[in-house]
Amino acid sequence: MQVPAHFEYERATSVDHAITLLARWGSEARVVAGGHSLIPMMKLRLARPEALIDINELAELVYIRLADGVLRVGAMTRHAELLANPVVGEHYPIFHDAERVIADPIVRNRGTVGGSLCQADPSEDLSAAFAAVDALAVVRGPGGERTVPIREFHIGPYETVVEPGELLTEIRVPVRPGGSSAYEKVERRVGDWAVAAAGAAVWLDGDTIADAGVGLTAVGADHFCSPAAEAVLRGAPATEETFAAAGRAAAESCRPSADQRGPVDYKRHLAGELTVRALRRAVARARGQEA
Amino acid sequence: MTTRITVTVNGEEHTAEVEPRTLLVHFLRDQLGLTGTHWGCDTSNCGVCTVTLDGTPVKSCTVLAVMAHNHSVGTVEGLERDGKLDPVQQGFVECHGLQCGFCTPGMMLTARWLLDNNPDPSETEIREAISGQSCRCTGYENIVRSVQWAARQEVTR
Amino acid sequence: MTTVDKPSMGFGRMHRKEDARFIRGRGTYVDDVRLPGMLHGAVLRSPFAHARIVSIDTRAAEAHPKVKAVITGKTLEGLKLAWMPTLSYDTQAVLATDKVRFQGQEVAFVVAEDKYSARDALELIDVEYEPLPAVVDARRALDPDAPVIRDDKENQNGNHIFDWTAGDKAATDAAFARAEVVVKQDVLYPRVHPAPLETCGALADFDKVTGKLTMWCNTQAPHAHRTVYALVAGLPEHKIRVISPDIGGGFGNKVPIYPGYVCAIVGSIVTGKPVKWMEDRSENLMSTGFARDYHMSGEVAATRDGKITAVRVKVIADHGAFNGTAQPTKYPAGFFHVFTGSYDLEAAHCEVTGVYTNKAPGGVAYACSFRITEAAYLIERLVDVLAFDLGMDPAQLRMKNLLRAEQFPYSSPTGWEYDSGDYPRALQLALDMVGYDEIRREQAAVRERWAAGDRSGTLPGVGISFFTEAVGAGPRKHMDILGLGMADGAELRVHPTGKAVLRISVQSQGQGHETTYAQIVAHELGIPPDDIEVVHGDTDQTPFGLGTYGSRSTPVSGAATAVVARKVRERARLVASAMLEVSADDLEWDGAGRWVVRGSTEQGRTIQEIALAAHSSLELPDGVEGHLDATTVYNPPNLTFPFGAYVCVVDVDPGTGQVKVRRFVAVDDCGVRINPTIVEGQVHGGLADGIGMALMQLIAFDEDGNCLGASFMDYLLPTSVECPSWELGETVTPSPHHPIGAKGVGESATVGSPAAVVNAVVDALKPYGVRHADMPLTPAQVWRVIQGSPLRTDLAIT
Repeated sequence: MQVPAHFEYERATSVDHAITLLARWGSEARVVAGGHSLIPMMKLRLARPEALIDINELAELVYIRLADGVLRVGAMTRHAELLANPVVGEHYPIFHDAERVIADPIVRNRGTVGGSLCQADPSEDLSAAFAAVDALAVVRGPGGERTVPIREFHIGPYETVVEPGELLTEIRVPVRPGGSSAYEKVERRVGDWAVAAAGAAVWLDGDTIADAGVGLTAVGADHFCSPAAEAVLRGAPATEETFAAAGRAAAESCRPSADQRGPVDYKRHLAGELTVRALRRAVARARGQEA
Repeated sequence: MTTRITVTVNGEEHTAEVEPRTLLVHFLRDQLGLTGTHWGCDTSNCGVCTVTLDGTPVKSCTVLAVMAHNHSVGTVEGLERDGKLDPVQQGFVECHGLQCGFCTPGMMLTARWLLDNNPDPSETEIREAISGQSCRCTGYENIVRSVQWAARQEVTR
Repeated sequence: MTTVDKPSMGFGRMHRKEDARFIRGRGTYVDDVRLPGMLHGAVLRSPFAHARIVSIDTRAAEAHPKVKAVITGKTLEGLKLAWMPTLSYDTQAVLATDKVRFQGQEVAFVVAEDKYSARDALELIDVEYEPLPAVVDARRALDPDAPVIRDDKENQNGNHIFDWTAGDKAATDAAFARAEVVVKQDVLYPRVHPAPLETCGALADFDKVTGKLTMWCNTQAPHAHRTVYALVAGLPEHKIRVISPDIGGGFGNKVPIYPGYVCAIVGSIVTGKPVKWMEDRSENLMSTGFARDYHMSGEVAATRDGKITAVRVKVIADHGAFNGTAQPTKYPAGFFHVFTGSYDLEAAHCEVTGVYTNKAPGGVAYACSFRITEAAYLIERLVDVLAFDLGMDPAQLRMKNLLRAEQFPYSSPTGWEYDSGDYPRALQLALDMVGYDEIRREQAAVRERWAAGDRSGTLPGVGISFFTEAVGAGPRKHMDILGLGMADGAELRVHPTGKAVLRISVQSQGQGHETTYAQIVAHELGIPPDDIEVVHGDTDQTPFGLGTYGSRSTPVSGAATAVVARKVRERARLVASAMLEVSADDLEWDGAGRWVVRGSTEQGRTIQEIALAAHSSLELPDGVEGHLDATTVYNPPNLTFPFGAYVCVVDVDPGTGQVKVRRFVAVDDCGVRINPTIVEGQVHGGLADGIGMALMQLIAFDEDGNCLGASFMDYLLPTSVECPSWELGETVTPSPHHPIGAKGVGESATVGSPAAVVNAVVDALKPYGVRHADMPLTPAQVWRVIQGSPLRTDLAIT
């Protein structure tokens, strides 16, 4: 029988209320959103918070909005909502690619964008996707709101910059013309965590890559991205040779560890291979050659 | 130690005292006696505990009962209405969509949700919709056919 | 599509009678059973694979306000229950007293008012362990420096359990000495787990006043369990009632008696209350009946033109920490010696060595028909290796070597008598269905492009598997489990109004017995299936028999059902003769429920009329006491030998190692099909198993013996997305000795399909020179195979 240990339960009725509750309970509290990472850990008693602060009722954090060139995603947006949203698909197909391979449809009905980022699992998909598009995280605490570049959001496995007492409320993604994006993942089976995955965002100036972002997950890449691969791409022609060079840079820049999903050399190989594939698809999309 | 919750289950309101840690699946089975919802894996992988929460399928082994407070839950026991089987239930009988019957309640609830949102799904769409739910008996073939049977039934009706 | 073509009587497609409750959520699985005052048990398990128990302190747990009892090995020692017999004449610890011998072994049992409190109290038990070195790889178990796991047993100085051989060694060695070609391949069939979606569990209710134990348990073999409980607990057998309610899948996992069951019984005796114990998923995967774990080394002798002459096999069989395998007594390696498969050989020989390791006990489970999964996989892999080395097409090579129809009944070199078959016909049908030549042409085009340097896209592969099963254990002269002959009883009662109750010893875990057994009676007696109630799963209400596993229900219990129905029919004949005032010899059965006067068929009586008359004041002739009821015990004269030809088509992405199963054609011959829809369903499920085992399922361990497959996050089951739409074909070759010509089919597809998938992946990778690849073929494993490492040497990495 796997059940959580005892805890106190608080149902937040607003973001402000949640912040108040967090202040009251301090570091012994955990915020629960979809709960699909936290509750299993609590059942195994690997996590034993004294209190759970439930933010599922915070409708104010459920939204996807595009305004003033910025795509804003509320932290309580469910994975299924991100996947179903046409505006997201139009501007950043990488999120639809990624969402299609995150867990399964039933889990996606419950799991949230903010929850996934805050869990900070080193194999999490959206972390790589948001890293690829250089998103901003909005964090609110008793002292007000602050923004953190997504590439500074994760500070280690299962660790983020969100302090006790703070709440991730929104992710912002700048929308720029002339680009597209894609996400490629290898999993042992549908619904599994990534063996490795790569996300790519590219902006083209004719046949030249004006700007690019490369996100990686499950391969020990710092902050889920590969600046080395991006450096190869910027200003280079959008060709197979460039993709291959970026793939090599991505593979070299990551530090995978062996586990049941595969040995180190295989994961490193995948980091390169999937980077190439994601770039190929992102560029094809940017050129209007592929959906 | 306990907290009072009010949950509408299959259209009927229930008020009960639960520990905050009570999993929704246990609340339904042990406190309400709705044993049609099963549990199978503890880790939200197998999906035999699938119920609907406000109409959307969720894995009830990974939802706390307190989270369902003031919400509505649907279980297999609510599929049959006024003595009339849901076409999905009928489809599972027609097409041998079940063997041991353990995954069946969750599969049927997901199928009902799928058809509510996509009345004429392709085979691929059906397979994707049930991909978070394991079946060890059917190899999924006849589950897919059962859903297709129900879809045809509803389209022609 | 409609699945019903013969809704009323006898054989054919009909809806399942049991579905009405399941689609309403009204099944009754063991965890659905609630008794007044019921308590809940939870098992504390070892975190170590091998450790000495220094001390167990249960005081804090006992002080928990909701805890009613804490049971340890010491408690059980006082009751002489600390150890129990396994199904293989070994012993197994119920709760560890001296040492723990695998991770997840049972150490203590808590009984509490509710299940959450029982779980909480586990944390309050303080066990001090002294860790010992563990051996988890069977190939290391016999090393001189390997730790001795079973030091509880007298004269057990190492980890050796048994050596077993079959076949003629001298003749086989001679055939190899003469052979033009010899191929050799090491093949691992790794440890997997059946993982039914419902875990194992029990509800024990001991009544102190009557001395009666009622045991609700999701067992596949309720009668065998009752007898074993009588032996273990010393309870008189007539005071034990085992009720096996609806079962959420078994696949062999629910054959053994697990320590948790015994603990629940003790818990009920100690507290005087009913005690329920349900495993969680980790417990199920870590501690209950695993399957396979066979390290096989096979050799094939052949002529240069591809005629196979002999096969020679050596196996190291990993049985875990206790030899709990559920094999017929004479066969410690089960029916592995059917490894000559479907081919006409001169000679064959195998040597199997069983060893202990620091892993969970078990070893028969998972739809394997007593180790035929391993045998079928080995021979089908070896045939492909031979094809690879000879440069022959694997379909042609098989055609050349398959047994021919006129060779049946066929005596195999390892002692089997195959009852019936037409193998080439089945293979040809499968090849035609898949469009074999067309796929080979497509493949050749891709390989040409590949050779020319274009490495984009995926590589197609085609894999064939031809299997022969041996199911329906079995003739009691040769086959018993713990001395219980493998025969099964049936009782048929026909009520005055012509409705019937059939009581059988086997227990459905989803196979639809309530439907198919009613169909058998309907076929024999002409009573509509809906008028026949099938009772099973309750030892107080059904005749003795060994239960449902090894695809034995239809071959044994199905036969018993036909035989008992025929007994009723003959009794009805006597009654009809009295009714019609004619000699019984002048009556003939019309095949549709009536005894009629020969030559005057309008003169007759229906079975319903006869049933009423049998209960009436009618003067009955000699030989009929009244009523039509009958009982029987069926002792099968031989096993039945279903077979099949499977073809799998895959697409392999060599850049990532990912495998996509594009198509799967399965032609099965299981003799006469009672309900074709149910047969097809059985095959579908087994094919998914094949995909699972070939591509993802693995109970892995690290060097310290930590189980790495202890949840569904790591023990991966195939989903609807990995499974293609199965394409089924059939041939029908009736069994000559089964009363209705049927053979078992429950495990055919699980036995036959893994080789087809693996052969397809290996075939796809031919451009890389790949000749073999060990399962499961996860993306990482495929990639490693491409890099030149086909064998799984490190069991930890999936």
